[in-house]
Amino acid sequence: MSLLNLHLKVWRQNRGQSGHFQDIDAPEIPDHASFLEMMDIVNERLIAKGMEPVAFDHDCREGICGMCSMQINGVPHGPEKATTTCQLHMRKFRTGDTIWIEPFRATAFPVIKDLIVDRGAFDRVQQAGGFVTVRTGSAPEANSILIGKEVADAAMDAAACIGCGACVASCKNASAMLFVSAKAGQLNSLPQGQPEKDKRTLAMVRQMDKEGFGNCTNQYECEAACPKEISVRWITKLNRDYAVAAMKEAFVGQQERAEGGE
Amino acid sequence: MSAVFDSLSRFYASSIGKKILVAVTGAALVVFVLGHMIGNLLIFAGPEAINEYGHMLQTSLHGAGVWIARLGLLAAVGIHVIATIHLTKQNRAARKDAYAKHKAQVSSKASHTMIWSGLTILAFVVYHLLHFTARVGNEYNSAAYKIDLHGESVHNIYKMVIDGFSWAPASIFYIIAMGLLYSHLSHGVSSLFQTLGLTTHRNAPVFKFLGHAYATLILLGNCSIPVAIWIFGYGR
Repeated sequence: MSLLNLHLKVWRQNRGQSGHFQDIDAPEIPDHASFLEMMDIVNERLIAKGMEPVAFDHDCREGICGMCSMQINGVPHGPEKATTTCQLHMRKFRTGDTIWIEPFRATAFPVIKDLIVDRGAFDRVQQAGGFVTVRTGSAPEANSILIGKEVADAAMDAAACIGCGACVASCKNASAMLFVSAKAGQLNSLPQGQPEKDKRTLAMVRQMDKEGFGNCTNQYECEAACPKEISVRWITKLNRDYAVAAMKEAFVGQQERAEGGE
Repeated sequence: MSAVFDSLSRFYASSIGKKILVAVTGAALVVFVLGHMIGNLLIFAGPEAINEYGHMLQTSLHGAGVWIARLGLLAAVGIHVIATIHLTKQNRAARKDAYAKHKAQVSSKASHTMIWSGLTILAFVVYHLLHFTARVGNEYNSAAYKIDLHGESVHNIYKMVIDGFSWAPASIFYIIAMGLLYSHLSHGVSSLFQTLGLTTHRNAPVFKFLGHAYATLILLGNCSIPVAIWIFGYGR
């Protein structure tokens, strides 16, 4: 084990106020510590000195919860590919390095404190249509709806999205297209998602727009930043599904009924 | 009727709706740019070829053809520009506080400057139309630029182009504009397939290659004309 002497530039901000960078020296950081453990060490030292610790989000610390949102040296979750902040280790840095640590910046992700942002916008997009309506009760027989292996695998790829927000953070337009396309695409690919496909696509895209995310300009920074390597082909599918759903809504309308109505 | 109209206005109001309009109008302009270049290259086939081609365009459908094309192009450019300005404003609003450090990992310089390459090309198009179509501030509408073609007096496009590009500042501006068009197309062409929902894992590299190849073709084809005239003295 070797020890690293690092210099941090950490964003400090309280909700609704303007923020600034604080220079924090972080000497003698073990290189086998994860990035979050390094932050823990830094915070313990700050507390010992009677200073306010840096607020940051974290939960599972095993790369599956998507909480550890941080922009590290200009890249969400830091320089390692397909890695969350908690799975990033300090051995990826050199002693003497200056590390810039910022919150994910997007109008739709307001800063709560320091590095913690409110990603409730993602929840509201999910609530708008990221579900299938099913009868509750006993679980249905697993093979009553047959799904091709390729389709199941593709849906599983989309389902790998942990909703961490790295796509929004990396996009120059703070677009949420990769997240929304993965969540809509997962269900839109499966037979269980078909009955509500158009409704879901329209509702999720409209909620996404309402939340104030930007528009996709096909630069694919999101795919490069995604810790779960979600493909931008899901965005292609969302574009296609949305065009079809919007045209159907405009020119066909709701299900025609033989009786009822006016 | 109003239900349809409401739905269509919601389509435009949505992010993807606007992007689809940008892609469709972009595709129309991509086709136009290629046709325009092929027509212009007739300058290298001599005065008769390009003058005859111009006369054919002017008189197609009893003169209505050129106006149908112009109105269609005007609509395409109008929608393309207005929608992208809307989109860009929304994109800026979506991140009000900039990162102190932000590292682009995979995106091209061209993709980051689309609005600026686009607006410069728009300014160039205005200049180009004043220069060779409306012919404002030059002598290209005068009798000196009429020529006899099969017993008909037609516009001498050949002489106009040669004289136009003999003036260095015009040639330089055209070449700079074509450089920006190259940049714009190198991102825009492959991008429109993505927005229209046509890209797949298999064809994505093909579209990317085609986009760059197309942009290069347009750059070389269009620049060959001012370069040949201004630098190599073609036709002078």
